[in-house]
Parts: sequence; C-alpha cells; structure tokens
Amino acid sequence: MDLYEGLPEPVAKAWERGLTSGRAAMSRRRLLRAASLAAAGSTLAACGIPPAAGNKGGNGPEDTPDHSREEKVLNFANWPLYIDVDEKNKKKRPTLDRFERESGIKVKYVEDINDNNEFYGKIKPQLAAGQDTGRDLVCLSDWMAGRIIRQGWAQRLDPANLPHAVTNLEDRFRAAAHDPGRQYSYPWAGTACIVAYNKKATKGKKVTSVTQLLEDESLKGRISMLTEMTDTIGLTMLDMGVDSEHFSADDFDAAIARIQKAVDRKQLRRFSGNDYMDELNSGDIAACLAWAGDVVQLQMDNPDVEFAVPERGYLFGTDDLLVPAKARHRSNAEALIDYYYQPKEAAELAAWVNYICPVSGAQAEMEKIDKELAEAPLIFPDARMIAKGKNFRPMSAKEEARYEEKFSKLIGA
Amino acid sequence: MTAVAPLSPSGRPPTGAADEAASGPGKEPDGAGTGTGTRRSRRRLTPYWLLLPAGLWLAVFFVAPLFYQASTSVQSGSLEEGFRVTWQFSNYTDALGTYGEHFVRSFGYAAVATGLCLLIGYPLAYMIALRAGRWRNLLLVLVIAPFFTSFLIRTLAWKTILSDGGPVVGALGSLHVLDVTSWLGLTADDRVLATPLAVVCGLTYNFLPFMILPLYSSLERIDTSLLEAARDLYAKPATTFRKVTFPLSLPGVVAGTLLTFIPASGDYINAQLLGSPNEQMVGNAIQKQFLNVLDYPTAAAMSFILMALILIMVSVYMRKAGTEELV
Repeated sequence: MDLYEGLPEPVAKAWERGLTSGRAAMSRRRLLRAASLAAAGSTLAACGIPPAAGNKGGNGPEDTPDHSREEKVLNFANWPLYIDVDEKNKKKRPTLDRFERESGIKVKYVEDINDNNEFYGKIKPQLAAGQDTGRDLVCLSDWMAGRIIRQGWAQRLDPANLPHAVTNLEDRFRAAAHDPGRQYSYPWAGTACIVAYNKKATKGKKVTSVTQLLEDESLKGRISMLTEMTDTIGLTMLDMGVDSEHFSADDFDAAIARIQKAVDRKQLRRFSGNDYMDELNSGDIAACLAWAGDVVQLQMDNPDVEFAVPERGYLFGTDDLLVPAKARHRSNAEALIDYYYQPKEAAELAAWVNYICPVSGAQAEMEKIDKELAEAPLIFPDARMIAKGKNFRPMSAKEEARYEEKFSKLIGA
Repeated sequence: MTAVAPLSPSGRPPTGAADEAASGPGKEPDGAGTGTGTRRSRRRLTPYWLLLPAGLWLAVFFVAPLFYQASTSVQSGSLEEGFRVTWQFSNYTDALGTYGEHFVRSFGYAAVATGLCLLIGYPLAYMIALRAGRWRNLLLVLVIAPFFTSFLIRTLAWKTILSDGGPVVGALGSLHVLDVTSWLGLTADDRVLATPLAVVCGLTYNFLPFMILPLYSSLERIDTSLLEAARDLYAKPATTFRKVTFPLSLPGVVAGTLLTFIPASGDYINAQLLGSPNEQMVGNAIQKQFLNVLDYPTAAAMSFILMALILIMVSVYMRKAGTEELV
C-alpha cells in the first residue's frame, strides 16, 4: 500500500520528508507496526469478542457518514483562553470569524474542556455506546488524544482535505509517538511545562528547578505542582536525570517517592489544574510548575511573575485536535484544522495564546505582527530550546492505569 | 407534642387529612351505594397516586443507579478489556484498606463542621424565631442569600479572603489566633489556606443555612405561652431554655445536624479548593478513582462504603436522640 497514494505532489513530499528524516525516521516503522496491530485488533473484534470499551473497528473516513455537505456547522470544543479574541470586543474571535466568513461554516465554539480526565469522563459514555458526542472537533492533550485513538474513538482524517496542514506541520511534530504519521490528530499548539515563580513572593530569589521547588525550605507551603500526571512526573524525572521519553517503572516510582516526601513535609500547598494562575498572581503560591503560554500571558498583567526553563530540560507536549468517532461533520472539522495551518492564521493565533506554534512559515508572518514574539523561544523555539524539550513516553493501557493510580494517591486521593 | 404523622413531610399535624377523614363520610350522598364504593376505593388509592411522581423519581434516579453501582462495585477488569461481574468483594476491603484514612478524615471534618454549624446556627435561629419581630423575614432572606451565588464561586471567594498576604490572615496572625490554631494542628506556617482549618471553615460556611432553616422552623413553632408558663412557675431563663425550649427544638436540631453532616462528609469541593494534599476527603478520592484512575469498581465500592457508614452513624444517632417525631 502506498501511503502517499492520491496526495498532491508537494503533500506527498512533505510526508515523505517528515517520516524519513531524523527522529521521525523511527515513526515509519512504528506506523507500519501500528497498522498491523490495528488490523489484528479489528479481526479479533470481528471474531465476536466485543470489548466493553475499545476499538469498534473502522473509524476511517469511509465508515462514519459525513453530513458536512448538507449541514454547514461545526461544534468545536476547546480549552478556555485558547483562541485569539478581539481586544475591544471579547465576543469576537478574529481568526475564527474569518474562517466562518470564508468557508460558510457556522462554528459553535464552546470552551468546555477544563481538564483532560474530566472531559474524557464526560464524553466516554457516548463514545463507548457508539453515539455522537455532539462535538465534531475536540482539543485534548497528546496523552489523552493517544488514549482516544488507541481505543478507536477517533476518526481518521483525510489528508486530501488538509493540504496546508500536511505541508506546514513542523517536521518534529509528525513523529508523535501517540499518533504516528498524524493520521488522527493535528496539534493545535505545543505546550511546554516549566517552572514559574512570583519574585515578590520569593523575595527576589530565583527558582529554576524542580529540586528547588521540592526542597527549598523558604518556599515551604507555597509551591504547587500540576494535577496532570505527565507534566508533574515528567518534569520531576527530568530533574532526576531520567529521560521522560524512555523511563522504566522504577524511575516512575522514584519520582513519586520524591514528591511524596515533599508532600509529607508539607512543602507542597496544592496540586492544581489551570487555576494555579490566580495564586501565582497573588503570591499565595511563590513557585510552581506552569505551562509556558499561561505564564507569558500572566506576565503581561503582573511583572513579578517570572519563569525558568529548567537546566535539565522541560516537558514538551502538544494539545491535539481530533474528530471523535461518530461526529457528523468531519470535513468541516478538517476545513478548520487546515485553515489554522496557514502561516498567517497560525501566527495570529500564536500571538494571542502564546503557546508553541506547530506551523512552519508562521514565524515569518509573526514578524509582521510583533517582532518580539517572533523571537520568543517559547512560541518559536530555537534549536537549543527544541533539544531541551522532552516528551512523556506513551503508555500502554495497563501502565497508564497503574501510574494514574499511584499518582492519584500522591495528589491526596 | 404533636402526634406522628405519616407521609406528612412538613412535620405539621395532618389537620387537613384528619378533618377530611372525619367529615368525609358525612358528606357522602346517602344511598348511592356503588358510587360510595368506588369513591372510597378511589380515596384509598389517592395516597398512592400522590406518591407516584416521587416514587418514579426515586426508582429512576436512585434505585436504578444504586443497583448499577452495586453491580459495578463487584466487577473487575479494565477500561480496555471491559468490566465484568466477578463478585470481586475484595474491592471493598481494598478500598477500606487504602482509603481508611480518608474516611476517618471526612467524618472528622464533617462532625466538627456540624458542631460549629450548631453553635453558630442555634443562637441565630433562636433570635430570628423568637426575638426578631418585624425583621424576621429580612433575616431569613439573609440566611439564604448565599444561595443566590454558586457554591463554587462562594468557595473560591474564600481563597481570596483568606489569602496568605490578605488582611484576615494578617489580623489573625497579629492577634496570635494562628499560634493557637497551629498549636492545635489546625493551621501551619502562619497561613489558613491549605490547612484543615480552611477546609472545616469552608464546610461550616457552605452548610450553615441547612442547619439554620430546620432549627428556625422548629423554634418558630414553639408555643410562646409555654415559655410564659415556665416564667410564671419561677423558672430562670436558663432553666426555661434547658427544660422547655431546647427539648421542643430537638427535631430541628436532629434534622439540621443530619442535613449538615451527611452532605458535608461526602463533599469534595472544599477540600479540593481550600485544602492541601494532606486534607483530601473521601469525595476527592472517589472522584480521582472515577475520573483519573478509571477504576470504576473501586470508586463504586468506596461510594457504597461511604453510604453504609453514614447510614449506620445516622441510625445510631437517631436512636440516641430518641426523637420519633423527626421532621
């Protein structure tokens, strides 16, 4: 089977480049392995052992009827503060409004994702029952996107509808371990989990590492970590000199034990979701793990907030757009994904959300918008910054359950 | 004291029903034999018809989920392979073993919060019911005023109020209140947020109206001539309170404590927003099992244990309190 069959020439080239060079080279093998696994999975399912939750087989473009042509609508679920809004009228979203005008597709944009696990809990019953979730496009962190893909609850995207996305996706995003070859998902933005601190609250002291967070007596009771396991554990592992892309179960346990010690000493104030920003702003939290884009946004209001990229590396991830199984408007969703992979639109979006931009060519566009942002290493990372970013390796279902259990015990429940 | 009135949710003597029962037959037209019969049987069925909506509601939203939950709690498996009923009763022992501390903590916090609610709520309810005069309605509205904003917003507001550098914590610190509370182990490091004190105060604050309202309604029903009679018989105010007012308000005390204790012990918002990892309650643990670990059987078993423990505590308490005429 020719993977690039039916694709326009430049698109096929771009894929080939992405899949065969550097880090991505691995992914071709992985891709083929994944394809054979999927085939084996669907055969098993066909044998009549229907797993209560799992791959129902066949979520390709041909399997779910697409109503995009008759119904020019798109239900898009995203995280709060994750899209550009007009300075004067907060109800207006310049790039999204332009998409609606150009495509004639009415987008129902809902900011109802606050937590990966919570959102999964919300849509899982419909997905498991093989029903439409009412959402055509959702934005989830890579590990959660990976879980949904693994369970067969995402629709395969049609590259023919994604000419810009296929060509403009930065090469290093193509090799995603949770979705080799980007068959199901495209990044909305890249995320970097780093250390942030409020210099007023630390009395001018710089906080630059997880070690300092967990051990500095002067920060006792005033630090927080994230309820996202991959970020908290990943960054702690990196701090311990363990590569989060290739860790073992013992490495994981060691990281848990290290944080547990800090919890027992009451060094940690809280494990938080997105809500750490308020407390970092007020200084109740002196230092914490944080997402880079949030910190950049917060800095505009509060000059005391600073961030540091830990010397031993930061945790790099993506928030991916995917189309849930049985969603009615896949082509409309693809149109939106593709729209945001145009450099100009991508730059506008990145200028507002301040997260890592996965679109090549956007940096040049950004120079026209804001010279300073075009050089911001947390939006357009340079080679040194890219090298410091580490993923959290994908986990099997069993591993994930075991790790989540240990982690949830750690965070107090 | 009023007689026990079955099916009377307000606790008032079922005067309407009694009147109807007494005068009903008299109103029947004489000689209409068959008509009386059907009417009588229809009347006999009336209570059941009245019960129907609530019954259906309970069946759909309580009994059915309860069965489902019971089945889940003895299943085993994983999300990927599916869960199957294997009568895995070890889910229960595992849950108790792992989260025993959370259960104890939850009941401890809920009990302290209930006690505080009673201490704060009783004088207030007494004042509103017996002394407020024309201010009564206004005061009652003020009691329920917090419900006009969302539970979540109110709890989040406490984070701002109790902020480390804020005036409240500053004042408590300079008055040495925090020294006392931290000696008691309720606070730490000169802060209130992310300590047991914050969680207990949050619970107390959020559930206080549930204590005040039943207390008010039973205090308000007290016949004031009984209090006058006590005074006429030379009872001191304290004695009047001890011998007359308090016993008459007991149904309100019992109802209020139950309405506070039960939801407080299952609450997870206060611990999540105001507590640190060391103050998490059983509600938080169930939530994490359900959403993060995706171990539905353990989550279901924990919910069952919580329910059973509450049920046991409540029945022991009601027996001790000895008030059959519970509201």
